[in-house]
Amino acid sequence: MSKQYRVLIAKPGLDGHDRGAKVVARALRDAGMEVIYTGLRQTPEMIVEAALQEDVDAIGLSILSGAHMTLVPRVLEGLREAGLEDVKVFVGGIIPDEDAETLRKMGVVEIFGPGTSTVTIVEAFRRHLAGG
Amino acid sequence: MDLVEKALAGDRRALARLLSLIEDDGPQAREALAALHPHTGRAHVVGVTGAPGTGKSTLVNELAKTLRAQGSTVGIVAVDPTSPFTGGAILGDRVRMRDLAGDPGIFIRSMATRGSLGGLARATSDAVKVLDGVGFETVLVETVGVGQAEVDVARTAHTVVVVEAPGLGDDVQALKAGLLEIADILVVNKADRSGAEQTARALEVTLDLGRNNAGDAEAWRPPVIKTVALNGTGVKAVVEAIGAHRAYLRQSGLWDRRERERIRADLMQALEETLVGQLLERVGEEELDRWVERIAARETDVYTAVESLVGLKEHSRASGR
Ligand code: B12
Ligand SMILES: Nc1nc2c(ncn2[C@@H]2O[C@H](COP(=O)(O)OP(=O)(O)OP(=O)(O)O)[C@@H](O)[C@H]2O)c(=O)[nH]1
Ligand SMILES: [Mg+2]
Repeated sequence: MSKQYRVLIAKPGLDGHDRGAKVVARALRDAGMEVIYTGLRQTPEMIVEAALQEDVDAIGLSILSGAHMTLVPRVLEGLREAGLEDVKVFVGGIIPDEDAETLRKMGVVEIFGPGTSTVTIVEAFRRHLAGG
Repeated sequence: MDLVEKALAGDRRALARLLSLIEDDGPQAREALAALHPHTGRAHVVGVTGAPGTGKSTLVNELAKTLRAQGSTVGIVAVDPTSPFTGGAILGDRVRMRDLAGDPGIFIRSMATRGSLGGLARATSDAVKVLDGVGFETVLVETVGVGQAEVDVARTAHTVVVVEAPGLGDDVQALKAGLLEIADILVVNKADRSGAEQTARALEVTLDLGRNNAGDAEAWRPPVIKTVALNGTGVKAVVEAIGAHRAYLRQSGLWDRRERERIRADLMQALEETLVGQLLERVGEEELDRWVERIAARETDVYTAVESLVGLKEHSRASGR
């Protein structure tokens, strides 16, 4: 049997747009993964703590509020402090191209915007989790 | 083993890793459990079960807060169902437990059933042992939303809290069949909604019927407690009842008796798994397939095959040579 992947899907900050997060959570579930869904209004600290307790292989952050440039770096930093730097971080939502570039340099493995097919998203998770 | 030592020393990352190891099973998991065993047996294990959406997670959140305020550390295992079609799962119980974030005296772990049907995952009782072993004083176990037959939690927990909510139709009727029998404490949650009083009364009546039949004056009478988990109303009474039930178990000697029952069940399960595993390794998949073919062809039958497979009778191989 192949490894059972565990993924955390979280919505950091005060952003109430949760459709995308739920769509992605369901797509990953349908792809056979165990998805821990934390719900809305998570602080970066809460996300790091949940990732640690749940021993996840990846984290998916969904942000449509425009606060990604403050929230994502704080999650990445928290993960490093907790010794979780090998957890793969994905980001989705409304992320302008130039910010996406910066976030990738900081260590985010993939970033997806509106209209991305869930097939593409699932494939990216699979690829990165398999170590590609 | 390194991971166990670290977890015992309070390393939460190691604890999380250990729980994954247990979930994925294998020889390392068994070694870890063996190393932890001397440290286990101290936690009060409290199961929280009930129909889907009755407010189990919300109640667990409140119970944990109250227990923490009283000084107990709390480990939580929250189980949600694995999809039988894809093998994946959405584990959403944490959504209701956000108040517990940032407290080092709390550890929450979500778990998928991975095919188990009794309301818990196969590894849940071992995960509970891990949390017990590393020192959590109370371990709360939230089952999947259950019907009547998923009563595995009764074997894992010392105290079972069954959560009901008003307006589930013939819910009390359903309770009679299975959940009521395992309940040590009955909670009617969502008492802010109409019908809570009727549900509570119906539960009391049903309990008294059962009690007359048992005719045992010393026996524990499950209290029926109304709560509004959303705002914490009634939760203190539930925590008190949990404490009272623990005291009852201790005084009556049931604590020790149930522990031995649990150990016996664990032993039987481990024996079965080990013996069957060994046998299958020795026999092999192909040989098993050949037996299936022979049974299907009515050349032999299941019981004869088993006798031969376990070597009760020295028999020719299924291939018949
Ligand atoms: C529906 C909607 C709402 C609904 C939300 C309902 C809900 N529960 O989700 C309501 C009406 C409540 C709403 C409110 C607001 N909204 Co609005 N909303 C939208 C809208 C039209 C669609 C969003 C949506 O649900 N899309 C469908 C889902 C499936 O797509 P998605 O979230 O983009 O997800 C996909 C990808 O982004 C990616 N993805 C997303 N998350 C993740 C996570 C991971 C890990 C991965 C891998 C991929 C991934 O995969 C998904 C599938 O392709 C967008 C405009 C737009 N076209 O995006 C504006 C939009 C997001 N909203 C906007 C705004 C400003 C608001 C309000 C502030 C408006 C106001 N002034 O009141 C409020 C704020 C509410 C709040 N509390 O946060 C702005 C945000 C601007 C910005 N970031 O700079 C947008 C972009 C509109 C605009 N062009 O101005 N909104
Ligand atoms: N009105 C009211 N709603 C409540 C109360 N407790 C919980 N809820 C709501 O009931 C819904 C389900 O609550 P959960 O705690 O997720 O229920 P659950 O039993 O854990 O659900 P599953 O794990 O999916 O079986 C949520 O919308 C809660 O906000 C309550 O006391 N009153
Ligand atoms: Mg729940």
